[in-house]
Amino acid sequence: MIDTQQMQSLAARMTEAEVKGRSPWADARRRFRRNKAAMVSLVILILVALFAIFGNSLAGWSNEEMDFEVMGNAATMGMPSFANGHYFGTDDLGRDLFSRTVQGTQVSLMVGLIGAGIAVIVGTLYGATAGYVGGRTDAIMMRTVDILLAIPYMFVLILLLVIFGRSMSMLFLGIGLISWLEMSRIVRGQTLSLKNREFIEAARATGVPGWKIIIRHIVPNLLGVVAVYATLLVPLMILSESFISFLGLGVQEPLTSWGALISEGAGTMNYGTLWQLIFPLFFFCITLFAFFFVGDGLRDALDPKDR
Amino acid sequence: MFGFILRRLAVAIPTLLLLIVLSFLLMHAAPGGPFTQERALPPQIIANLNAKYGLDEPLWRQIINYVWGIVAHFDFGPSFVYPDRTVNQIIAAGFPVTLTYGGIAFVAAVLVGVSLGVSAAIRQNSWVDYLAVGTSIGAQVLPNFVMAPILVLVFTLWLGWLPGGGWGGPIYWIMPVVALSTSFMASIARITRSSMLEVLGSNHIRTARAKGLSESKVILRHALKPALLPVISYLGPAFVTMITGSVVVDMYFSTGGIGRSFVDSALNRDYAVMMGITILVGALTILFSLVVDVLYAWIDPKIRY
Repeated sequence: MIDTQQMQSLAARMTEAEVKGRSPWADARRRFRRNKAAMVSLVILILVALFAIFGNSLAGWSNEEMDFEVMGNAATMGMPSFANGHYFGTDDLGRDLFSRTVQGTQVSLMVGLIGAGIAVIVGTLYGATAGYVGGRTDAIMMRTVDILLAIPYMFVLILLLVIFGRSMSMLFLGIGLISWLEMSRIVRGQTLSLKNREFIEAARATGVPGWKIIIRHIVPNLLGVVAVYATLLVPLMILSESFISFLGLGVQEPLTSWGALISEGAGTMNYGTLWQLIFPLFFFCITLFAFFFVGDGLRDALDPKDR
Repeated sequence: MFGFILRRLAVAIPTLLLLIVLSFLLMHAAPGGPFTQERALPPQIIANLNAKYGLDEPLWRQIINYVWGIVAHFDFGPSFVYPDRTVNQIIAAGFPVTLTYGGIAFVAAVLVGVSLGVSAAIRQNSWVDYLAVGTSIGAQVLPNFVMAPILVLVFTLWLGWLPGGGWGGPIYWIMPVVALSTSFMASIARITRSSMLEVLGSNHIRTARAKGLSESKVILRHALKPALLPVISYLGPAFVTMITGSVVVDMYFSTGGIGRSFVDSALNRDYAVMMGITILVGALTILFSLVVDVLYAWIDPKIRY
């Protein structure tokens, strides 16, 4: 959950910080390292990423291969076992759950990162432009954001996916379309307080064009807020994608994601194949946990007064 | 206050119109018409169907007809897949169900969340506090689509206490309400706790204590109201997420609310139903955020409107 108030406090802190001697970044790094929960979470995230990248070379089976000995008999023969190479067991079709989980992790992480990436790029540029230009442009731009925020986006996203066909690119587009809105608001707020500072004035006095001031002088100063917000945004994106996949409207077979795997596992748990739910759920939960803790840790590190 | 409400309405109405027009254009842009089937229909039948549903008229006229139908008669038109049912009928069948468990879940989330948050803040660093903080962290990673299967697993399959789905008496309400409200309860508890802690450290609370008010009076009379402001501003987004969550509840517990109709129509490509529900949800969202803003302005004396 992203707390707007804390984000604003952070934004204020990032603009006013004039720490003598040590740079605020070195300070923040020190504080972050001392935060045990955040460091542990960072390690977990790295492990999950390694699992996504190298998991396939550990797997005994590919994600599309069906084990015909197990197929149709998953409850009794598809249990997790090292003997037949299905470390996480199999699903109903006899597909190896380990490699399916690896694939789901890849897809979910990618959706999270790309969604957050779009939010960072579009939201930062949009918010910085609105804040820097000000006046009527600002009013129109931010009113647009207000209006877009009032639209029930999950419903529109499903509408988009159904109308233009379910595909990865549509999913990215749909999630990216809405993820930048809050970001642009936060960035604008900070830009407003940045733009009257002396160094911006100096740049303007020496004749630097507006777009260059935004890119060269304003955006770098937004980095702290943007980094924290992006970290907290990744799990929200993963949640959105999983939600849609859980409904069966997200990624399509043979591709899979955590949401799709959880949905499958939830659908078959009556038949005693609990591992189909537990393994994807485990990865889903620890990753979200870790992202939230790292995001909170980053925020606390960059904004120590708010603790 | 009246002017403030008017000004908010001045934004709300164009938003709603934009949503209607946008979703209409989206539907129009969809590849293939609503009657495209695997077995191609003869062109004459398609033409007749188009004429029946008014799809042979120019686009601008269709939009005006659609908007007018909604605004003047609250009529979302016919379903394209089930010729004998209108979108209104489909919504009317599911909406009361969604409203029932959604309303209970919302009220429960606010009541339990606020009480948990307040008791955690009063006894900071006690077991109540740890419980509140712990559950609120846990609930962040247990969204409704994770809660639902877990609840069914525990209470239906293992313990056999509750029915795993369907809609009937209050016993059917329990799991949908819990699945839907848990994460909000946790968020509200967390927000209440932190804002309550902040308020309890402020000057006016010290004054209230110094003049000898009882602790319960200090909390209820002086601390609760300012502490609730962040909670109120959270209610708007919470409402939206909760409506979205009702889709999962309907799918998982077969409660038969509008979420089910939405997903079914999405899978059937019944655009008219999808649009109708999207617009209805959008209208509710806008209305609710208006109510929240008014409530906020009413509680917070610092806001000049």
